[in-house]
Amino acid sequence: MAEKCGCACQGGTNLVFACSGAADVGAISDLAARKMTKDGIGKMYCLAGIGGNVSGIIETTKAADQILAIDGCPVACTKKLLERNGFGNFKYIELSTLGFEKGKSPAEEKAVTKVFNKGKELLSVC
Amino acid sequence: MNIKILGTGCPKCKILEENTRKAVETAGINAQIEKITSLSDIMNYGVMLTPALVVDETVKSAGKVLSPDEIKKILI
Repeated sequence: MAEKCGCACQGGTNLVFACSGAADVGAISDLAARKMTKDGIGKMYCLAGIGGNVSGIIETTKAADQILAIDGCPVACTKKLLERNGFGNFKYIELSTLGFEKGKSPAEEKAVTKVFNKGKELLSVC
Repeated sequence: MNIKILGTGCPKCKILEENTRKAVETAGINAQIEKITSLSDIMNYGVMLTPALVVDETVKSAGKVLSPDEIKKILI
């Protein structure tokens, strides 16, 4: 009988990085990433670990099936940080392209859901 | 050299451990190999995909079963 595997080696992992920045749009990116984790679309992972060159986070990110980056504004910190660390093949959402303007976009449920749905679409999760 | 295999004990983790032991033996390296099975200890390395290979406290790979040759390249 095959040994049951109950650990973290199953693969099929979508990692989600959000800028989680200080502005309202950063909060939307953060909440959308957390909702994606809660709903099993992907797993939010620590962008700070990429910046801090934490080997476990870097190596886990290399092994991910798909990566989604969510930036709150066109400054694009998440995108730049991933690229600086050699990650080029990732799905991307920048919130101004969805109509969210920094300072004028409260982190409300409707906004979070819109970003969540876009992320779900990009990761092609049914 | 200190080598740690991170994994909660599934078949892939066991294969990585076996391959690591083979790599160490064939390379003639003096290394201490430890298995880390506690999920909280694994998470402390920032690793979310196992098995993972840690060499002298640096994670060298995660979510992959490396061959003995691949491991040897990391160790030498």
